[in-house]
Amino acid sequence: MAKKSKKNIVLMQGNEAIARGAIAAGVNFFAGYPITPSTEVAEILSIELPKNGGKFIQMEDEIASISAIIGGSLAGAKVMTATSGPGFSLMQEGIGYAKITETPCVVVNVMRGGPSTGLPTKPSQSDIMQTRWGSHGDSPAIVLYPNSVLESYELSIRAVNLAEKYRTCVILLSDEVLGHMREAIEIPEIDESKIIKRIKPNTPPEWYKHYPENPKYISPVASIGEGYRFHVTGLTHDSFGFPTNRADEAEIMNDRLKKKITHHLDDLIQVEDYMMDDAKIAVFAAGITSRAAKEAVRNSRAKRHKVGMFRPLTIWPFPEQMIRDKFKDVKAVIVPELAEGQLLGELKRVLRKTNIKFYPIQKTNGELITPDDISEAIKEVRK
Amino acid sequence: MDKFKHEIRLSGSGGQGLITAGIILAKAAVIDGVNVTQTQSYGPESRGGASRADVIISNDEFDFPEATKFNALLSLTQEACDKYSPNLRPGGTLIVDSTFVKNVSIMEGTIYEQPFTQIASEKLGTTLPTNILSLAFMVKITNIVSIAALKEAVIASVKPAYADLNRKAMKLGFDLADKNKAEV
Repeated sequence: MAKKSKKNIVLMQGNEAIARGAIAAGVNFFAGYPITPSTEVAEILSIELPKNGGKFIQMEDEIASISAIIGGSLAGAKVMTATSGPGFSLMQEGIGYAKITETPCVVVNVMRGGPSTGLPTKPSQSDIMQTRWGSHGDSPAIVLYPNSVLESYELSIRAVNLAEKYRTCVILLSDEVLGHMREAIEIPEIDESKIIKRIKPNTPPEWYKHYPENPKYISPVASIGEGYRFHVTGLTHDSFGFPTNRADEAEIMNDRLKKKITHHLDDLIQVEDYMMDDAKIAVFAAGITSRAAKEAVRNSRAKRHKVGMFRPLTIWPFPEQMIRDKFKDVKAVIVPELAEGQLLGELKRVLRKTNIKFYPIQKTNGELITPDDISEAIKEVRK
Repeated sequence: MDKFKHEIRLSGSGGQGLITAGIILAKAAVIDGVNVTQTQSYGPESRGGASRADVIISNDEFDFPEATKFNALLSLTQEACDKYSPNLRPGGTLIVDSTFVKNVSIMEGTIYEQPFTQIASEKLGTTLPTNILSLAFMVKITNIVSIAALKEAVIASVKPAYADLNRKAMKLGFDLADKNKAEV
C-alpha cells in the first residue's frame, strides 16, 4: 500500500479551523467584536477574507456585529460572526431577529466560564441552554458542537450550509480548550458540490413572496438589489413580509419557523455512537468533555466492561429519538459537563419513561473533566 | 514498533514563551509524523500570571488533549514547579530553571537544574530565547522528538530576523544537555 502523502498535514488551532471552514463554505462577509477565547476566528478572517474577495469589518460591539451580518446576508452575502458568552448574551436580540426574518447567518460561540465576564481564558459548556432559549419567543434552533480541530473545520462548513438551506441563524459552539487546541489535521479537499448556495426565486418579480407557503418549509430567497420587492421586519408578518395581526397569518409564520426544523430532523441531526451497541453503562458527553469520555470508555472496554459513549454533534434539535433507541438496554448513564446540569436536564426529559439511573459529573471551576474523573464514576456505577 | 505516549507540560509565567515553545514542540512532532495535540492554559493578563502549555505525542490513538501525568515537565518558576511536580510520572524527567527555582523535591524521577534564563542573558545578551534554549535541552535529554524536526520547527516558527539568535539558543541547550548526560 502506498504511504499516505503527508504534504497536506498541518498543525492547526480549533479557532483557525472554524475560520478556514467558513472560507471553504463561501463566507464572504464577517462582522465582529473580538473577545477571548474566540478572537482568533476574527483575527484570521480579517487577514484571509480580503484575500478571497470578501469583507471583514470590526464593529463597535456585539449588537452591531449581529446586526451587520444580518444586513449583509439580506444583501446576498454568506455571513458569520464569532463571540463568547458576554457577547453572545448581547447578540440574543439579533439572533431572534435573524430567525423571524429567516435570514441565513452563522454565530460562533466559543464558550468560556460565566456568568457575566466570568473566566475569559477557561473552558465552559454552560451556554447549551442559552443557544436554545436565549432569545425571547419560541425560536427553534440549529446548534452544532464539534470535539476536534478537524470537526471544527467540517462543522463550520456545515453550519454555513444549514443556515443557507434553512434560512435561519445557525449557532456553532466551541469552548476555550477546543478553540485554542492545536492538532495535526489533513485539510480535506473542498468539494464544491457540497457547498449549499441559496435557492434563487424564478418567479416574475411582481409575484415574489419573501415568505411563501411551501410544503417543505424551505423556500427560494431573493437578495436586496436583485429586483424583487419585499419587506423585512421583526414583527410577525405575512408572506410578503408586512406586519400582520391576523391569527391565521401569525399561525402560518410560527408554524413554518418550527416545522422547517422538525420536518428535517434526519438532515439536521448528527451523533457519534462509540461502543453503544451492547453497553449497559453509557457516557453522554459533548464537545471537549467527550474527549475525556471516549478515553475513559476505551480504557473501560480494555477491561471488558460494557460501557459506551453517545455524543451529540447536533445539540439542537436534540437527538431525542436516537437517544431513546440507543439507550434501550442502558441501565445507567454518566453525564459529564462543564455546566450545572444543562445536558443532564434535557437527557432526563428525553429518558423520563425509563428506569435509567443518572450520574452527573459537573465542573464549573474552569478545569476540564478528566478521563480519571469519568473512570471513577464508571467504577462507582459498577458497584 | 512499540507504542508510546509522552505527556509533556511546559510551565512558568506569562511572557516566558512557553505556549510558543509548546506549539514548536507540537510542530516538530508533526514533522516526525506522529499524533500530537497541544493545549494551553493562561490567565486574563497579557503578561505575568501562571501559564502553561501541554503537548501529548504518541504513535497510538488518544483522545484527551491535556497532560495529567507528565513524562517530562519543564518549570521556569518556583510556583509552577511546586504546583505540577507532584504529577510527574515515576521515571519522569523534571527540568527546572534554577535562576528562579530554588527548591525542588520529587519522589521519583530525574531532576535537571540549569540556570536557563541566566545562561541566555550571559551568552546571548537577552533572556528572550530562554524558552527555545530550555526546550532544546529537554528534547536532547528526553528524545521526545527528533533533533532535526525540532530545528526545522524552530526556524519555521520564528521571524527570519531572529533565526540566528534561536539557532544559537538551541545549540546552547543541546550542548548543555550533552554535558549533563555525560555527568549522569
